[in-house]
Amino acid sequence: MAGHASEHIDSANAWGGKESPFRVSYGKLMMWFFLVSDALTFGGFLIAYGFSRHAHQGEWPIGEETFHSLPFLEGNYPLMYVAFMTFLLIISSVTMVLSVEAGHRMDKKGVIKWLVATVIGGIIFVGSQAWEWSHFIHGSKFGKVELADGSKAVVHAEQFGEIQNFTVQTAGHHYKAGQVLTNKDLDLLHEFQHAVEAGHVKDKMITLHDGSVAKIAKSNDVGMYLVVKEAGSKYELRQHIEGAEATKLYYDAAYSGEAKRIVYGANMERNEYGPRQYANYFFFITGFHGFHVSIGILINIIVLIGCIKGTYHARGHYEMVEKAGLYWHFVDLVWVFVFTFFYLV
Amino acid sequence: MSVLAHEAHGHHDSHHHDEHAHHEEHFVSKYIFSQDHKMIAKQYLITAVFMGFVGMLLSILFRIQLAWPGESADFLSFFLGDTWAPNGVLSEDMYLGLVTIHGTIMVFFLLTGGLSGTFSNLLIPFQLGARDMASGFMNMISYWLFFISSVIMFISLFVETGPAMSGWTVYPPLSALPQAVSGSGLGMDLWLISMAIFIASSLMGSLNYIVTVLNLRTKGMTMTRMPLTVWTFFVTAILGLLSFPVLLSAALLLIMDRTMGTSFYLSDIIAGSEMLTNHGGSPLLYQHLFWFLGHPEVYIVLLPSLGLSSEIISTNSRKPIFGYRAMIGSTLAIGFLSFIVWAHHMFVTGMSPFLGSVFVFTTLLIAIPSAVKVFNYLTTLWKGTIVYTPAMLFSIGLVSAFITGGITGIILADSALDITVHDTYFVVAHFHVVMGLSAVFGMFAGVYHWFPKMFGRMLNTRLGYAHFWVTIVGAYGVFIPMHFIGISGAPRRYYDYSVYEVFDGETFLKFENLNLVITIFAIIAATGQLIFLFNFFYSIFRGPKAPQNPWNSSTLEWTTPVEHIHGNWPGALPVVHRWPYDFSKPGWEEDFVPQTTPLKEGEEEH
Repeated sequence: MAGHASEHIDSANAWGGKESPFRVSYGKLMMWFFLVSDALTFGGFLIAYGFSRHAHQGEWPIGEETFHSLPFLEGNYPLMYVAFMTFLLIISSVTMVLSVEAGHRMDKKGVIKWLVATVIGGIIFVGSQAWEWSHFIHGSKFGKVELADGSKAVVHAEQFGEIQNFTVQTAGHHYKAGQVLTNKDLDLLHEFQHAVEAGHVKDKMITLHDGSVAKIAKSNDVGMYLVVKEAGSKYELRQHIEGAEATKLYYDAAYSGEAKRIVYGANMERNEYGPRQYANYFFFITGFHGFHVSIGILINIIVLIGCIKGTYHARGHYEMVEKAGLYWHFVDLVWVFVFTFFYLV
Repeated sequence: MSVLAHEAHGHHDSHHHDEHAHHEEHFVSKYIFSQDHKMIAKQYLITAVFMGFVGMLLSILFRIQLAWPGESADFLSFFLGDTWAPNGVLSEDMYLGLVTIHGTIMVFFLLTGGLSGTFSNLLIPFQLGARDMASGFMNMISYWLFFISSVIMFISLFVETGPAMSGWTVYPPLSALPQAVSGSGLGMDLWLISMAIFIASSLMGSLNYIVTVLNLRTKGMTMTRMPLTVWTFFVTAILGLLSFPVLLSAALLLIMDRTMGTSFYLSDIIAGSEMLTNHGGSPLLYQHLFWFLGHPEVYIVLLPSLGLSSEIISTNSRKPIFGYRAMIGSTLAIGFLSFIVWAHHMFVTGMSPFLGSVFVFTTLLIAIPSAVKVFNYLTTLWKGTIVYTPAMLFSIGLVSAFITGGITGIILADSALDITVHDTYFVVAHFHVVMGLSAVFGMFAGVYHWFPKMFGRMLNTRLGYAHFWVTIVGAYGVFIPMHFIGISGAPRRYYDYSVYEVFDGETFLKFENLNLVITIFAIIAATGQLIFLFNFFYSIFRGPKAPQNPWNSSTLEWTTPVEHIHGNWPGALPVVHRWPYDFSKPGWEEDFVPQTTPLKEGEEEH
């Protein structure tokens, strides 16, 4: 590309026929126009997202409310992981540029080296997205709570009080009365959340999946407060409820024995983060982008094979790498917009 | 890098020379998986002719119901059987299915795929002096995707639950919920799959057209020496490139709502006695996305026809086109404006009246470039030495329909007036005249004019005249009365008006009488198309051999041999010295000067 800028193009001759007015091959030009077209598809989605978000106003969560976890670590790290993902994708664009640059020098080894780096970056990005999806689907320890007045609130806390054990009171198919169940016997948190969502917890007594009834021993949560996301008859949108009132409201709902007072994670129907459309768009747009990245990885691998075989070297130019690069940069650029709309604003 | 720039030319040149060595080609690579633009153009045309006849037949089927509501007709039971026409009476569901697929086929398969596919493929390389399209391979893929999507759309007519029934615009929630209407089950799935494939085909076609126009013009073919046909194909391709992806967005979100349980377009719906869980989506979102495509789509349909007729009118008036640059400018202006008017389809959706007035303004602006075109046609005809070929008659028919439909367009563009006639037959009449008739007339004109170039034989002129007069009389006979039904308040897409008390005796009588008139004219017009069909297929095989330049045109395609060869020109590519409209130029013996003729000493370019 650097060569182009310094080359003097006589505009009268450039458009006079017989040669490309932009001095580019038809393939590269087609890639550019395809990207324009694809940009409009993404544009359609992002505008639809904006339309929906506008319609839901304050109910829509901001990025750091949803995305504040890192793999293997407890605690609050708002947007840390997605920042890593974004950084990685941008770095993969840099390696792509280096690969194209090596192609200009006809440096076959360089092209292969940087293209491999790009593919690896892409694969890690898609893998990270899979983790992000899985985390989004499974959700937080607290979930979203529907309060007694019908309002809905998300829960913030410094720490979720650990569930120590279940003491079986009435035997079921599997567990005997008096048995103390710990994490060795079953995943306490998973069992607890499952029962809460299904309305199987009433007055600190949990009905387990085998039909046995057990008493819950759970430590107190630290620093819990609620933020109302959907107004009810008593609480208003964006109201903060703190201290003992928050704890009481939350556990009144959790231990009410009513199903779906607490929602964990996300599916197409409901999610703990915000309106239904929030998760719908999250899955669809990041999924559509992830699909593009996956296609990009595939293209890069195909081009890589061509490089290794020496096809492009024999052709005398590495334009194919450049075309793949255009697509790759475009996918990165789209991510910058997706990132902005889902995570930053 | 400049080596790269010539790669495409170089490739085709060497390809061409290789060809001399082995002329024999396999049947499959010549007629089926051909990468030659001329063959692909013919493939598009024949597919489109088939789809066009299917679309027309569907319209006759539902017109019978409108003219004779509830009466038994053997014609209907023959085509639809007992399932969809019990006792020879069209079923209500199938009525909606026929209307939907008629619209879809005519708009997308005949006038988008068929029209652009045929003439962009045929004329862009020919008129620019290129060996072929930039990418013959992608061109082939584009056609076969079009073919597959045509097949799927056609098959959807035969599934047990019927084809899509929610209108060609497939608005949700009707299209999103299988329980809404029987066609919203498998029929709608097939519709969406077909359209997704169609969009991919259209994208590949557009990329090829744009890049070919930019990169493969022959020496001397500057942008302002391009025939207006190529200009309109170029702008059409850009419109398609920018608007179809947004339809893809809309369709993908609709597919998600149908299959994945999302609620992008759905909110608080009671189906039967059951309350659906969908909440918070908006059907208006779909309308915005759809019409962002939908309006440019009108011009995707229309512009190629305007280009074809510009060429034909100038050639057959033996006069240069009036206002060549104004024609280019108005094409570009129409293309630009088409993107900022979409909400005029949505005036009654409850949008802010202020916003409505903005769209009224932008919509009315389109009248300016449209009028420029009309006046340029009329001034080209003015005092011309008019040769009334069938192509010329159809081109003049286009100008007529474009004016008629344009005038009702001004009425509909005004949000205050639109409210009273919205969703009535007035709208149906308007868009059928302005984009249906205009575009179809342009397409027929193109077929009559370039048939010798495509098939190397001439169409029969007398049959052409008969076809034209039956078509124009039939078409106006259909659509002029339709305006009056619309003004009297007949809503579109209704199966039977007699069951509503709102339409009192007198109004109903008017609907019924006029509907009868319309249907009779529709049947006449449809029968007239058989003349074309016969002429078309007969002439492909038995028509008189075409001379090299039958219309004494000056454009490059008439300098190629009648027999198609790979690479189009047997020797070097032609070099262009002048614009394509040097007709009846003083100082020349012939009344046309080919673009390849150098300027005489002291001669000024146009």
